[in-house]
Amino acid sequence: MGASRTKVALLDASRKFIGRAVAKSGTDFAATAQRLLEKALDMAGARKSDIACATATGYGRKNVGFITSDAKTEISCHARGCYHYFPEAISIIDIGGQDNKVIKLDAKGQRTNFKMNRKCAAGTGAFLEEMSLRLDIPLEDMNGLAMQSENMVKLGSFCTVFSATEVLENIRMGKKVPDIVKGLFYSVIRRVLEMDLLSEQVVMTGGVVAHNPYLVDMAAEIIGHDILVPDYPQFTGAIGAALYAMQNRSRQGS
Amino acid sequence: MSEEKKVVIKRLKSAQTMGQFMVDYYRELDQAAKAGKPKIAWCTSVGPAEILRALGFLIYFPETHSAMLGTSRMATELIPVANAIGYSPDICSYLTADIGAFCKGVSPLQKAFKIDSVPKPDVLVYNTNQCRDVQDWFTWYSEKFNVPVVGIHTYRGVGEVTDAHLDSISKQFENLVAPLEDVADRKLDMDEFKQIVALSRECSDLWDQCLAKAAAMPSPLTFFDGCTLMGPAVVGRGTQKAIDAYKILLGELEERVGSHDGALEDEQFRIYWDGMPVWGRLGVHSKMFAGLNANVIASTYCSSWIFSALDPNDPFTSMARAYTELFIVRSDDYKEEYIRNKLDFFKCDGIIYHNAKTCPNNTNCLYGMPQRLEQDTGIPSLIIDGDLNDLRLLSDEQTKTNVEAFIEQLEERK
Repeated sequence: MGASRTKVALLDASRKFIGRAVAKSGTDFAATAQRLLEKALDMAGARKSDIACATATGYGRKNVGFITSDAKTEISCHARGCYHYFPEAISIIDIGGQDNKVIKLDAKGQRTNFKMNRKCAAGTGAFLEEMSLRLDIPLEDMNGLAMQSENMVKLGSFCTVFSATEVLENIRMGKKVPDIVKGLFYSVIRRVLEMDLLSEQVVMTGGVVAHNPYLVDMAAEIIGHDILVPDYPQFTGAIGAALYAMQNRSRQGS
Repeated sequence: MSEEKKVVIKRLKSAQTMGQFMVDYYRELDQAAKAGKPKIAWCTSVGPAEILRALGFLIYFPETHSAMLGTSRMATELIPVANAIGYSPDICSYLTADIGAFCKGVSPLQKAFKIDSVPKPDVLVYNTNQCRDVQDWFTWYSEKFNVPVVGIHTYRGVGEVTDAHLDSISKQFENLVAPLEDVADRKLDMDEFKQIVALSRECSDLWDQCLAKAAAMPSPLTFFDGCTLMGPAVVGRGTQKAIDAYKILLGELEERVGSHDGALEDEQFRIYWDGMPVWGRLGVHSKMFAGLNANVIASTYCSSWIFSALDPNDPFTSMARAYTELFIVRSDDYKEEYIRNKLDFFKCDGIIYHNAKTCPNNTNCLYGMPQRLEQDTGIPSLIIDGDLNDLRLLSDEQTKTNVEAFIEQLEERK
């Protein structure tokens, strides 16, 4: 139950990802979760009575009605979800709608530390959403535009409002839109990479990455090596939550 | 739907004694302000209270008033008033909240103690060991009330406290005496002064012993209790009343330790807190940690009113030492060693640093210390962004997610 989008992930007993659904979290978190659960069940060809266990994560984790074990934070769930796909020492970069996280795991999957972005929206999905509004470009077109850039504009500021001013200045100077959009992408990546040192293997997740895969290419170029991305980067938190629910159930022996 | 767990925090009975101490303290000040005697000195929280008390002043501490502006959540509305007259939102939110309150003619004392306004000072005395902001803060009031302001200018980044430091600071203390005698209209009686220093030391020792009780497992005390229980150590040091209050508190803590009675029902994690409390969220944070079975048992902040060097036989020099040995003015090497010892003494599982935006002096996570200490001790750390008084600088959701995720991390290690 993210600040921006809610995701439901269904796993079968063999931990295979069999159903999913995503939508804006909206204003009624419980209803959104319920609606998405039904959608994901449809996709998996399953019924509600088939659910053996469930847990919730994210900002609205305490608002989900159908969970069977204590809610977990998205930090733990992203970690668990990523380690499921990449069972090695990794640094996870999650770019969400409202916040960013850098989470470090050792080879056993144990979290060694984590950081969330500080007070401002720099480097988050909210920043790109604000900029798409300012530029009057649909959010879904941003990735394609950034890829067309030949002469990226560099934006200097931490702050979303100051960055918007810089964007306006560049528009006034006649800079090309793809160059400005790539500059925005670059700004997102810089803000995230500034948060912490990264270990050798880096995994990127989150809805922003799922919809803007060019961000991963840009990040890989900056850090100088490939970055791992799970099959469904927007769902790793939800998948991690499901894995926790399964673990909890087996611990309880039910 | 997952329900928030019902949280049980066992309150200390002696908290009432400490609360009554504060009521009596403010009422006495109010009466003096109305009667025009005894004279009133405003003093910074780690200022030379002993000299002032020995000269017969009642002492009012604006920082305590600011903390009350925080706990009453009045501060956030008042800070912008000071911002508008030129005091930046980036500087000490004790200063801005307090000056804002003065400009607006409001005070938490009105609701808490039915006291109309803060007691008018006859003199203002600061020590910059807290920060430079106190000097600006007190100077502003000096102009408002047209009364003298005097102060001690401390050293910062002190490694070993040397004779040179002590000579300079004790000389500054001695030089305060004459102007203060002028305001007090009496001479400093050395015997009385020594007696006050002895009382101050006894108060400090008792407070130290109270805080040390948190080393017991489970801890009988939380940091959030400590933030209010420390009131008499700040405003009452140098008085017998404060000593009497801490004897009662210590007795109750000893009882709790003897019967293994922890402040929380089920203390699973022991946390050290570095930095200022978020005054407007004291209760919320207390419940949040308790709900996670995490007890924040010790802090740098509450230990800041321990002055073990005070010696009645050598009042000026020992005051110079006590107020220079203070954590806040020390070098990073010293601070790291200090926190390392506390983590060990209190058997902490984790440390949380509060990055208080407007109080860099009480914030110790800005120059790589968390990383160094974590590497050295293996004890995980978390930084939360916030402020002591300005709730505009706070995201409750971010704090909650960070703290919950941190406790989950500690849980995985167990």
